[in-house]
Amino acid sequence: MNPSVGATGLIFNEPLLWEKGARGRCGFSLPRRDVAAAPLNESLQGEGPDFPDLSELEVTRHFTRLSQWNFGVESGMYPLGSCTMKYNPKTNDRQAALPGMAGIHPLLPIELSQGALQLIYDLERYLAEITGMDAVSVQPAAGSQGELAGMLIFSAYHQSLGRPRTKVLIPDTAHGTNPASAALCGFKAVPVKSNEQGVLSPEVVADLMDEDTAGIMITNPNTLGIFEENIRQVAEIVHARGGLVYGDGANMNAIMGIVNLKAIGVDVMHLNLHKTFSTPHGGGGPGSGPVCVVEKLAPFLPVPRVVKKDETYRLVEDMPQSIGKLHAFYGNFGIQVRAYSYILSLGALLKKVSQFAVLSANYIKARLKGVYHLAYDQPCMHECVFSDKLLEPYKISTLDVAKRLMEMGFHPPTIYFPLVVHGAIMIEPTESESKEDLDHFIDAMIRIAEEAREHPDKLHAAPTVTKVRRLDETGAARNPCLSGR
Amino acid sequence: MKELSQIVLPKDISYTQNHEWLRQEGDEAVVGVSDYAQDQLGEIVFAELPAAGDAFGQGQAFGTLESVKAVSEIYMPVAGEITAINEDLRNDPASINTDPYGKGWLIRLKPDNSDDQKKLMGRAAYLEMVKGKQ
Repeated sequence: MNPSVGATGLIFNEPLLWEKGARGRCGFSLPRRDVAAAPLNESLQGEGPDFPDLSELEVTRHFTRLSQWNFGVESGMYPLGSCTMKYNPKTNDRQAALPGMAGIHPLLPIELSQGALQLIYDLERYLAEITGMDAVSVQPAAGSQGELAGMLIFSAYHQSLGRPRTKVLIPDTAHGTNPASAALCGFKAVPVKSNEQGVLSPEVVADLMDEDTAGIMITNPNTLGIFEENIRQVAEIVHARGGLVYGDGANMNAIMGIVNLKAIGVDVMHLNLHKTFSTPHGGGGPGSGPVCVVEKLAPFLPVPRVVKKDETYRLVEDMPQSIGKLHAFYGNFGIQVRAYSYILSLGALLKKVSQFAVLSANYIKARLKGVYHLAYDQPCMHECVFSDKLLEPYKISTLDVAKRLMEMGFHPPTIYFPLVVHGAIMIEPTESESKEDLDHFIDAMIRIAEEAREHPDKLHAAPTVTKVRRLDETGAARNPCLSGR
Repeated sequence: MKELSQIVLPKDISYTQNHEWLRQEGDEAVVGVSDYAQDQLGEIVFAELPAAGDAFGQGQAFGTLESVKAVSEIYMPVAGEITAINEDLRNDPASINTDPYGKGWLIRLKPDNSDDQKKLMGRAAYLEMVKGKQ
């Protein structure tokens, strides 16, 4: 047995910024005034904002200490299911930091922005090739905004045919944000139950699909980590009644370069560059959620579009059927540079990424099967879903397993999702982890299952060596404190 | 989590497959979620309920319960019009956990027809169904 990755060590407490510093202390100095003094407009006068008075070192220590409380994929394994917390290679950051990339101003004239426009244009072509779709806009700034763009396109498409529709079908194994995206566009989300194999049955979809349903939102592979093998039939049923098929690209890391999404019937999809294409993930962004469509839906893409003509690139706004503008300028450019760098540095090896991601998940599934209850016992894609069923006799729940994993040095997997599995533990190792690291994680999971039988109290008390113990999640939700002071 | 033997299931109310309960009180009925449901959901932090006057069909979602684990929909045991909602839950959603059949009630409604109730379960049938889930 390998020793646990987690150990204790000196970690610093740190107060709120307002509790530090002293009145008048300052971390910067303004240059000498070189223009004549002018009175400030009265409407702008009054009490200033409540900023603490701090030195540069106080600020630096504050954030350095906070960063030491943190856990990221660069600290340890981060198998958060359906989030694809893969490692972000440093070369991507290097390219994004090149002065020509980082310093470019979005208001530069088009003729001075040709390089950036070419990068956007090429990235959109690459993403089209990887997914099999016809046209792409990298403008949406997050997966959720990509989904919103997709649903706006659903809506605009049906309107353009003069028969707006009111409902969207959403499987119970779809990504959690799907119903919200549909509802934001005024659609009513109609839940679709998955079958005993954890996938969609064409018959169930056929029963629900009607002329008032705009289409279906499918996450493939779904949140059970299972490939929707009936997707072609499902798409045929939806198309036959005039609907569209939306593909949530949250789990694209399982099928990159392997599945042609257009060929299996997808009309609109989004990608998460911060998941599949290795741009920074979490921490509130910036993100990028490109929206990809088939030819007939290209006129609805957000404006402006980057268009190439005679070896020059320009921005085209004149698209009367477009859903409009989603983001200032053209999305988060620095993130697009990172994804572009990732795609070019891997090339044809992108397919290997998905193969390794799937292999890693199946390895974990095979070794932990029997130790934890496997919700759906069949080959999985890039993630596998266990539950706490075998631990129930010892009064150990999924939450206890997650808390114990933390002090063993691992970020917990996604827990209690998908909802179709009671006490779900959803593990997505990604392609980033070596076999040794996968084994360390599996050994930790096996040890926790043994502890559940032999020392359940240890699990109930966990974590004991982390900076903070169990947080009062209920208290935080019932009485949230949202202000710094 | 509770053992099955610890789950409280009063005899004088009806239950649904989705773990709501219904108690007839004169022309109206009171609806909540069962002790089993609250135990499975964990500590409830917010209840999103409809407005008085809203009407729903049997089995239709009329609101959601948010716990630290997840957000779950709650469904109408019978078709009818909402006559009142439990306003106290806004400040005290925990009463759904501590007193699911009393202070933790969710809505009062006026049933559309009495036939709907025939599809509900008594205590014994509900207990059997819950056992099957274990």
